[in-house]
Amino acid sequence: MSSSVPAAVSPTRQALRRVRRDRSARLGAWLVIGLIVIAALAPLLVRLAGQDAYTYNIGLLDPARGNAPSGTAGGVSGDHWFGVEPLTGRDLFSIVVLGLRTSLFIAAVCTVVTTVVGTLVGISAAYFGGWYDAIVSRLLDFLFGFPQLVFMIALGIIVPAGFPRWLLLILVISVFGWAGLARLIRNQARSLVTREFVEAARSVGSSGWHVITRELLPNLLGPVLVVATMAVPGYIGLEAALSFLGVGVPPPTPSLGRSISDSIVWVYTGTDPWFLFFPGAMLFLAVLGFTLLGDGIRDAFDVRLRRAT
Amino acid sequence: MPDLVWFLIRRLFATVLVLLALSLAVYLIFYALPADPARLGCGKPCTPDRLEQARHFMQLDQSTIQQYLAFLRGIVVGRTYGEGGAAVHCDAPCFGYSFPLARPVTTLILDRLPITASIALGAAVIWLIVGVSLGVGAALKRGKLFDKLAVGLALIGVASPSFLVGLLAILVFGFWLNMVPVNGYVPFTESPVDWAWHLIMPWLVLAALSSASYIRLTRAQMLEEMNLDHVTTARAKGAGERRVVLVHGLRGVLVPIVTIFGLDLGSLLGGAILTEKVFSMQGLGELLISGVSQVDVAVVVGVTLFSAFLVIIANLVVDLLHGVLDPRVTHG
Repeated sequence: MSSSVPAAVSPTRQALRRVRRDRSARLGAWLVIGLIVIAALAPLLVRLAGQDAYTYNIGLLDPARGNAPSGTAGGVSGDHWFGVEPLTGRDLFSIVVLGLRTSLFIAAVCTVVTTVVGTLVGISAAYFGGWYDAIVSRLLDFLFGFPQLVFMIALGIIVPAGFPRWLLLILVISVFGWAGLARLIRNQARSLVTREFVEAARSVGSSGWHVITRELLPNLLGPVLVVATMAVPGYIGLEAALSFLGVGVPPPTPSLGRSISDSIVWVYTGTDPWFLFFPGAMLFLAVLGFTLLGDGIRDAFDVRLRRAT
Repeated sequence: MPDLVWFLIRRLFATVLVLLALSLAVYLIFYALPADPARLGCGKPCTPDRLEQARHFMQLDQSTIQQYLAFLRGIVVGRTYGEGGAAVHCDAPCFGYSFPLARPVTTLILDRLPITASIALGAAVIWLIVGVSLGVGAALKRGKLFDKLAVGLALIGVASPSFLVGLLAILVFGFWLNMVPVNGYVPFTESPVDWAWHLIMPWLVLAALSSASYIRLTRAQMLEEMNLDHVTTARAKGAGERRVVLVHGLRGVLVPIVTIFGLDLGSLLGGAILTEKVFSMQGLGELLISGVSQVDVAVVVGVTLFSAFLVIIANLVVDLLHGVLDPRVTHG
């Protein structure tokens, strides 16, 4: 049935209009777009700069200062836009943009996986209710209050040496990440389940799968979008945290978290704070951009996301 | 109060069940690992004979379920590996024995726990106080400068990874201003003043970031609470503004805060692990990470289960506290 009112604007379009009017959401959106472009074009940018993330440039280091980069701001120059890494002299610009690429890639995959799983589990728990809902809710409570980081670190031990670490990262982040989404979606879906249109679909004999995908899901797209966007900065931070702790992607693959971890000793001694600045600023911008955008989308869709019931 | 007693018994029983299920799951997962701890511990040259001996000594020749039961028994009564003069004893509560480090896992954990616990507890105290008071303040001054500042701070806090802020703080306060120590841990028993002085940076860093979400939550909750009937009634009956806020408004805010705090205990531990790495302190996180890289299964399983136990039991305490704070929580 199409609406007979010509000027009707769908709620989704109204919400997007509100996002465009929200100043901090707009800032977030531009940041996110900019970072995605940088991450997508990272290998090209690196080639444009005439560098790569792996070549050692010992000549650019100052042995008198414990092999910190010589020159200002961590060795910033026309060749090395963000300077070079201390000890190795590798190009920091390449490391930062390729590291951003790794971060965003892992966060994006985790977001897709956890959104799909969380949405399906959340909606089905709300729809079927009963013992299924009870078990799911207990499981979610359990996963929620869990020392997740401890488990993510610990799981590294059972993985064979040849297993790709980025895949392990995606797996451990997703295994714990879906719970938060599922809980929020379940609470949203529960208020829909008792509405007339769902009753109507049920009364004409629609199957559970049909009601979930055709009746509930379209009405939950707003909340799902909100929850997914708001999950991204968490995943970026988590990936960086695991890399920071030394259980992320292995060297020499560039990673923001590992670079920040490597910078600790240079920060303690104050010899090269720029080694913290560039990867740190990039990580901060990435998390900030997605947080601003997520907040804006949440406000625009007017979704109330309570962590507690 | 028989109701409360029943509630306690039921909650305790449920907690024990969760602990058992969790420990079994963890055991099954971690004993499926590809590396063989016996091979790492059998010395060189590793003849099949010696490998068999090592496996028997570490009690790895039993089935996984037998090992699990031995592990559980070890927690209660302790455990002895091997026989005769070479036997290794692990006192109860025994969370396993690390052969690479030649120490019981319980000892290893207890050595490291004070560091991680000091960071976590101190930070939690600071963030609850700062988060709740800034949140309440922001709600009462809604739309004013204070509110905008608090909300802005909260946004930056939510968007900053803790380790990043920690390193910046080290750079600014530790290196440039040279005000506070940036690493090293002094046991409380040695000197409480030095203990706190060395922990002040880790506390502030971890608390600053976590209080951000509490500012947001308290502010939203307080705004809602101040519009509720019981607050209006209190005003109508002539209660002073201070009493209205502190007694009638704040009470409704504390309940969800306690709930969230219970849920955040797991991430509090995670935050403490990140913080201890930033400040180069050798806490539980360092023990766990080195356990993973040395393929020391006993340590990894021990630390994992121990932290899970800790969080689950802390959750139980929070749950009970909840009942005290909110009379509406029925113990039924």
